[in-house]
Amino acid sequence: MGRNNAAATGRENTLAITTPEGIEFRMLIAGPVTRALAWGTDFLCIGAASIVLNNVLMLTGIVSRDFYQALYVISFFLFSAGYGITTEWFWRGQTVGKKLFRLRVVDIHGLKLQFSQVLIRNLMRIIDSMPALYLVGGLSCIINRHSQRLGDFVANTVVIRNPKINEPDLDQLLSGKYNSLREYPLLAARLRQHVSPAEAKIALQALVRRNEFDPESRVELFREVSSHFHTKVSFPEEATHGITDEQYIRNVVDILYHSKPQI
Amino acid sequence: MIIDLPKFLSEGKKYWSELEAKINALEKYPEKKMTIEQTKQFHYLYQRISSDLEKVRTFASEPDILHYLESLTARAYCEIHETRKRPHRIAPVHWFFVTFPQTVRRHSRTFTLSMVIMLAGFAFGGFAVSFDSDARDAIIPHANLLGDPAERVREEESVKDDHLKGIKMRGASFYMTHNTKVAVATMAMGITWGVGTVIMLFYNGAMLGAVALDYVIAGESEFLMAWLSPHGVVEIPAILLAGQAGLILAGALIGWGKRISLRQRMKRVSNDLLTLIFGVALMLVWAGIIEAFVSQYHEPVIPYAFKISFAAIELLLLTLFLLKSGADHGPE
Repeated sequence: MGRNNAAATGRENTLAITTPEGIEFRMLIAGPVTRALAWGTDFLCIGAASIVLNNVLMLTGIVSRDFYQALYVISFFLFSAGYGITTEWFWRGQTVGKKLFRLRVVDIHGLKLQFSQVLIRNLMRIIDSMPALYLVGGLSCIINRHSQRLGDFVANTVVIRNPKINEPDLDQLLSGKYNSLREYPLLAARLRQHVSPAEAKIALQALVRRNEFDPESRVELFREVSSHFHTKVSFPEEATHGITDEQYIRNVVDILYHSKPQI
Repeated sequence: MIIDLPKFLSEGKKYWSELEAKINALEKYPEKKMTIEQTKQFHYLYQRISSDLEKVRTFASEPDILHYLESLTARAYCEIHETRKRPHRIAPVHWFFVTFPQTVRRHSRTFTLSMVIMLAGFAFGGFAVSFDSDARDAIIPHANLLGDPAERVREEESVKDDHLKGIKMRGASFYMTHNTKVAVATMAMGITWGVGTVIMLFYNGAMLGAVALDYVIAGESEFLMAWLSPHGVVEIPAILLAGQAGLILAGALIGWGKRISLRQRMKRVSNDLLTLIFGVALMLVWAGIIEAFVSQYHEPVIPYAFKISFAAIELLLLTLFLLKSGADHGPE
């Protein structure tokens, strides 16, 4: 079984799992606020469904009012208790609220969620929701290093966040347009040799996210990144003459991430 | 060194897509079984994607591709490394007659402890009422139980018809759901290292002791037995079993003398907790029906002898069930 440990990476809490093959992967742990929003959505869903349920069961009141009331009490109890269990089991750890906020319940070891885990974490809600508005569960989430409420703790589960992953627009960035720096293959090779993957990531991310900055910040950012890369390898004046800092970084990224020039 | 990202993408993408399609199919149809060849291919893809993940992390640090490959690896990992028993076909009859009573017996010490705590509460409630009449108001929460017992018996016995007509079913459903919530809370309170469970058991015992002594002192023992026993002989053991589940949870949390980790201890007791609490829920459904349809009727509508005999038979059957049922089967 894999080992796991929580690691704080900046403001994001992650659950890192190391597989027996020695590969590590990380899952983003959902915070109490997102979880509260998802719970709020589920609460509204249960409320809406109970209104529908009441209207449907009201028909049985024609036969016997006592029977209708009993049926409603039992149906509401079963529905409110079974909502989380059923949805999390059939949707692999998700309820309507969790789907909406891209959350998912998973086993703490990264394994498949078992039915018993789903049941236990939902039964323990009775304590987590005490005294009102999930105060106990919320406090537990804040205190626990994996943001687990008591139900998660007993069931060995965590709630993770699956942010939408966009593929980077690498085709546009590394499209094989003319790159003046490639005229100096020895210097280009030295650049590849001297730049670390972390530095390369900064340059690539600056390009990928360039449209998110306002114009002044964008110019400032590329000026700083460009001056850093100038210190790594100094290309001749004619290779950099007339190109902007942003274009210079584009050319650097092309060299770093694309070893052979496209023909 | 930094990898050639376009080349890396173009070479890896077909394998990533193949693995993603296979995982989607497995997640959509969990019962589907792979052939040996398909399993080998799945394992190969998992290893390849794991290796790609390490390459990206070490030589490229490209976050989007990294997250994509992490998500694929995580999904494939849980398919490959899951070694726990798969949920089998639901067998409710076997569960009820074998699994449930076996689980109760396997944790007989915690059941005994649960009973001792409730009895201590019972004794406390009785003594409190006998020494201080004001204690009744503090211990008994229901206003309808605070009146004079003899007066209540007179009132109840003066009723000659079905005074609960039209509200019996609602009453039964209320008893079932309310008592089930109390039972689940008693179990879940085990998370407070058992303190909450002990308080719940003790308080329930104290309430029972206070009410019982109040009626005994008033000379209404027969009424008391006929009123409480038809549903009580099932409801009280159900609360004791919920307490047993809570104490098991507390035991796993504390982990005295156990060398295994907290997570493993929790995992070990989780199925037993569920078995107990579902067994308790079934018992409380029965108790709820009996409370609404039998217990609330008194002489002359239902003779006390009949009610007490009925309770005695229930208690005998329940005892036999918990002690003997499933004993022929090997331990699960």
